[in-house]
Amino acid sequence: MSTPSTRALPKQHEGTREISLAQAVNEALAEELRRDPMVFVVGEDVAEAGTPFKVLSGLVEEFGPERVLDAPISEAGITGLGLGAAMTGMRPVVDIMFGDFVTLVMDQLANQAAKVHYMSGGNLRAPLTVRTTLGATRRSAAQHSQSLHAWLAHVPGLKVAVPATPYDAKGLLKTAIRDDNPVVVFEDKMMYSTKGLVPNEEYTLPLGSAEVKREGEDVTLVATSSMVYVALDAAAELERAGISAEVVDPRTLVPLDRATIVGSVQKTGRAIVVDEGHRSYGASAELAALIAEDAFWHLDAPVRRAAALDVPVPFSPVLEDETVPTAESVFELAKALVGKP
Amino acid sequence: MATEPTTTPQTLTSELALQMYEQMRRIRSFEERVNDLYRSAKMPGLAHLYIGEEAVAVGVCSALHRDDYITSTHRGHGHCLAKGASIERMFCELLGKEAGYCHGKGGSMHIADHEHGNLGANAIVGGSTGIATGAAFSAKSRRTGQVAVCFFGEGALGQGVLYEVMNMASLWQLPVIYVCEQNFYNEYTHYSETTAGEVAARPAAFGIPEEEVDGQDVRAVFDAACRAVERARSGGGPAFLTCATYRFHGHHVGDIDRGYYRSKDEEEQWRRRDPVEILAAWLVDRGIADRSKLERVDENLAAEIAAAADAALEAPYPDPREVNEHVYA
Ligand SMILES: Cc1ncc(C[n+]2csc(CCOP(=O)(O)OP(=O)(O)O)c2C)c(N)n1
Repeated sequence: MSTPSTRALPKQHEGTREISLAQAVNEALAEELRRDPMVFVVGEDVAEAGTPFKVLSGLVEEFGPERVLDAPISEAGITGLGLGAAMTGMRPVVDIMFGDFVTLVMDQLANQAAKVHYMSGGNLRAPLTVRTTLGATRRSAAQHSQSLHAWLAHVPGLKVAVPATPYDAKGLLKTAIRDDNPVVVFEDKMMYSTKGLVPNEEYTLPLGSAEVKREGEDVTLVATSSMVYVALDAAAELERAGISAEVVDPRTLVPLDRATIVGSVQKTGRAIVVDEGHRSYGASAELAALIAEDAFWHLDAPVRRAAALDVPVPFSPVLEDETVPTAESVFELAKALVGKP
Repeated sequence: MATEPTTTPQTLTSELALQMYEQMRRIRSFEERVNDLYRSAKMPGLAHLYIGEEAVAVGVCSALHRDDYITSTHRGHGHCLAKGASIERMFCELLGKEAGYCHGKGGSMHIADHEHGNLGANAIVGGSTGIATGAAFSAKSRRTGQVAVCFFGEGALGQGVLYEVMNMASLWQLPVIYVCEQNFYNEYTHYSETTAGEVAARPAAFGIPEEEVDGQDVRAVFDAACRAVERARSGGGPAFLTCATYRFHGHHVGDIDRGYYRSKDEEEQWRRRDPVEILAAWLVDRGIADRSKLERVDENLAAEIAAAADAALEAPYPDPREVNEHVYA
């Protein structure tokens, strides 16, 4: 059940090809850099190194060091500089190597970028994109493993994307860059080599549009980022146990496609939210509250959550593996919820 | 509350020089074994090797008392060992075992050894600059006579928090020594592409005395550290040491193909300035030890390292239920 059997989501059809999530991100950036001379990328080790995850390889060769800039290890400064450039006509893409470092840029994002449009009565805009990571289980310990997307989703004025597939990652990133608001895109670093089908033709995806990744009747699994694969694996196992699970991927937390999530739960009558942020006050709490409020009369059971334990991410594999939702734990939760032995 | 009121050894005795040799060798052999453990897939995660930079940690820590504080970095094994940590408990931590310094919760980048004043390695660049400065503030307030050493790579010069705390350290004359391990690379980017002006001008701007030291020469590091520690301990305030050095290996154990950011030629040149060899040659030259004596030291260490690694490999993992312990004190 733990084999990543469901990684290739869309069916092969004409006009698509299979690429990794890292390549999808790379393509999105390259296309936007080509399309709009105001777009630039700035971050640590983004140029020749192409980031430690090699996601940006080749960009500096095509676009030069004026548009793909290696920055000092100054996350707050880089983000502030990006914001200032964004407010004056450019479309920066700031690369924050690990999601844990968003703590270092919180003032720039939460007090500055998020509020500039509102505080100026709509006069100023901050079309800033920040790309960063989330996700544990790389044995990277407490300061390189956090999933802090909820921190940013809590701040009005910021948009937050959590793509799970190469297709979504590419389409959402292109839209984020063209959006006139600050958008933070979280990519699970464990997914960079995950493959999926992507159209040959150019495309974008709207922010705020969830996708049903698998249809089902008995229970809805609302899953974000790499937890989509956990949910899909659980759903495959549930099917063998005679339970039909629907998997809904919000794709962006802000804006949030409430209708698709609520609609699915109205159909199935049961919901489990699967998210890799901490359980307390996390994205899973918000999604569960939405379902409890808007689908209450359709629920046959309480809303359940599978989220990261409320502990710093430990190093030791035997401890770290306890902290994240797994296909097994979601399977058990769903079985109990549906009331099958 | 200071323990062990020993005095700082101000002169380099033969005995101390031999101890330094042994300590540098211990770090070297420990890390060579860490590299093997990684390459044979026995160690989870990654490690950032200190090989090539041993003289900095050993030279500085030899000027410290057991209860003086240090803070360390992602490249922290050398600092940890030089401050007195046990290799077996370090191996255990790197392997995620219960007997490790942090019961497996920290791993390579987070080893803390409070018994030796080590307030912890840190995976956030510049992340420990506040902690070291605060420890110095505390030592001064509590009148313990302790000093604090803040180790960091030159990459941390990019972090604003460093300048905030250096300002306070100078204003309030805190006994903190900022030790900049200038190994010329921030991961895969040469520091000259990320650092404007002169490094020395930065502490100078805050009125903090700065010294540039040959970080491959443990005796030079020790001398400079003794001066800085002596001044800090006697109320003279902070200091800043820039130790020029080089990491012989990659940024981390997985960084094998380095050609795109630094040349083989440059690596070769630095390898010819091996800190362990430089001290060995001096010891032999001075007649403090002959080659066969040093070889015996090496052999004993090899046995010590092998035994510690084997014990750590055999040691049990923590009970998974421990995951919920230590979140709150
Ligand atoms: C705040 C922060 N930004 C980025 C990183 C990723 N990172 C880890 S080590 C490193 C380079 C550090 O260079 P330096 O401080 O010179 O230390 P060295 O690795 O050379 O010992 C970077 C960018 C980090 N750990 N923390």
